[in-house]
Amino acid sequence: MRYHACRIAVSLSLALPLAGCATGVKSQLEVRPWHSINEFRDQRFADVADPWEGFNLGMYRFNYYLDKYLLIPVVNGYEFVTPTFVQHRVSGIFNNLGEVRNLTNSLLQLKGGESATTLGRFLTNTIIGLGGMFDPATRFGLDRHDQDFGKTLGYWGAGSGPYLVLPFFGPSSVRDTGGLAVDTGITYGIYTALDPFADTGHSFAISAGVASLEAVDMRHQQSFRYYESGYPFEYYMVRFLYHEKREIETGKAPTAN
Amino acid sequence: MVLRLLITACILLLPLPSIAADDGYGYPIKGAYEATILGTPAALMPALPGQVRTRQLLLDAVPHRKKPPVFFYDEGLRCTFAYQKKQAPLVFLIGGAGANDRSSKLVIMMKALYLAGFHVITLPSPSHANFIVSASQSGIPGDLAEDSADLYRAMEGVWKMVEGEVQVSSFYLGGYSLGATQAAFVAKLDEERRSFNFRKVLMINPAVSLYGAVTRIEDMLKLIPGGAKKQGVFFNRMLSRFSEYYSYGNFVAINDDFLYSIYKEKLFSPEETAGLIGLTFRINLAGVIFASDVVTNSGYVVAKNRVLKPTDSLSDYFLVSTHLSFFDYFNEYFYPYFQKQRPGLTREAFIESLSLRHIEAYLKGNSKFGVMANENDFILTKAELDYLRELFGPRTKIYPRGGHLGNLEYKENMAYMVDFFKDKEVLP
Repeated sequence: MRYHACRIAVSLSLALPLAGCATGVKSQLEVRPWHSINEFRDQRFADVADPWEGFNLGMYRFNYYLDKYLLIPVVNGYEFVTPTFVQHRVSGIFNNLGEVRNLTNSLLQLKGGESATTLGRFLTNTIIGLGGMFDPATRFGLDRHDQDFGKTLGYWGAGSGPYLVLPFFGPSSVRDTGGLAVDTGITYGIYTALDPFADTGHSFAISAGVASLEAVDMRHQQSFRYYESGYPFEYYMVRFLYHEKREIETGKAPTAN
Repeated sequence: MVLRLLITACILLLPLPSIAADDGYGYPIKGAYEATILGTPAALMPALPGQVRTRQLLLDAVPHRKKPPVFFYDEGLRCTFAYQKKQAPLVFLIGGAGANDRSSKLVIMMKALYLAGFHVITLPSPSHANFIVSASQSGIPGDLAEDSADLYRAMEGVWKMVEGEVQVSSFYLGGYSLGATQAAFVAKLDEERRSFNFRKVLMINPAVSLYGAVTRIEDMLKLIPGGAKKQGVFFNRMLSRFSEYYSYGNFVAINDDFLYSIYKEKLFSPEETAGLIGLTFRINLAGVIFASDVVTNSGYVVAKNRVLKPTDSLSDYFLVSTHLSFFDYFNEYFYPYFQKQRPGLTREAFIESLSLRHIEAYLKGNSKFGVMANENDFILTKAELDYLRELFGPRTKIYPRGGHLGNLEYKENMAYMVDFFKDKEVLP
């Protein structure tokens, strides 16, 4: 499903940067501002390598419109017709399936204890928690360890590379985008091998339905809304916070000079 | 989501609470700075529903303004409206400096009041970019009289939008921090305009003098080695200490456990904590300076006549704006503008006008007002705290601790707030 969402989003986004290009004729001369960057001799804070800032800003804006005209209305509709109890169960099932990704990546990082915990969580929640609808594992003290291939790459020393805003998925980096592709590939591979809906005769339709539900649930679980802070420098704060969180959680201290 | 946690962590995070003296007040965090940054532990907040019936209102309060393209996402003043299906009193709530209509403090106040049976409308602070772009006539925030007039117009505007849909028995007004000080001025305006006839007004952690309050916050940045101009170095150093601590600890994620641990370990000294609060203030102020400059085309940080497009980099403006102090803004931009508007206005008289003392005659003994404040709120001096007591008498509730707004979400404070509006005895 991620492929589908991506493909649609990419084709939509290609149209976007062109739309913003029409600028009016400059009629008045610019006058130098009272304060400019030259007077400040200080390290930049909240600074992240962002050579593709123009593209990223466009994509950030595209995601805002994607949210506004498509995803959020759909999510609102979903929340309106679905009882809260059911919404939680749906999120539980998808989060439980996500443990497969957590497990493969804990293993790839050779983290034995963490892998055991994650496996224990997955089995507990699948069996006792009815396929993940409930989360008894947390109550048993098995904490969730979120892992993905981006973190695995970071763990083995790969730098994050430039910041990158992806359509639909939002803030990322070159490394994490690669990681996302690998994780998606693994999930897709497992899914194809198991082909859980093969016997129904409507495998494609059911898969498409499940994928759409997963996308809706993903956006439903994510409370972030583009530009909701209204802070003029929101893009920079989000960029910084995303980057810093990933660095810290992959075990890299920021460059302190 | 994670972002908020990380904002708390990186920008606002700091050392730990010592166990408070047993004075019958259960809010646990003793230090003023710590309380301000950590707020109220979730377990000590009142139990409130995840969602209440709300809708967002968008008001075009300055119809003649052509909005700068860089604010393409700003579609009007955003207010949040929580409405009952039956007749009820309506409370307007004004956010503190930098707050939008959905800031966590406004949302929790809204939920508590909604649960107690009120309609509620939350408004952004006049110091928030959304207000500057969509509701400020001058585009230059900070003057209590003008901001309050803008607020009052906005309230009239949103009320007109929903008037036909709900039944309202009476109107109340509340605000916190800067929003509390503004509420007093808005109430005074209401005495003349009479659109709402506010029956009660609650001010939570107000500033008595804006200039004084901000001076004390700016002073916190002086504690940074090298002074405020080296805030970038300071912040990066704090951040690396934060992440080193994370990497040698065995933490599952950046979550409450991790934050609590930082607090317990006293990772940051009181001076550093104060520095982080000062820096947070500057990050907010940067938004005010930039938004105001762009809206008014004043040429302060952005070249005059430059039209910023949505995809133009604002990175340099971010750096410049965060390095400007409140005094830079005041002396170079804010005061000169008002001096031009009001010839003969001295600096001292202007500073005096940005204070509750300016409307003292109206406030003194006025039984519709209530105040909640904290003994250790660093935006007030001892004298100012006494002044509030003197001004509002028995309707001044002063808590022994909580710093600036740290205990706002504490269940006892929330209950006091709700009771203030509910209690018929307080009515004039």
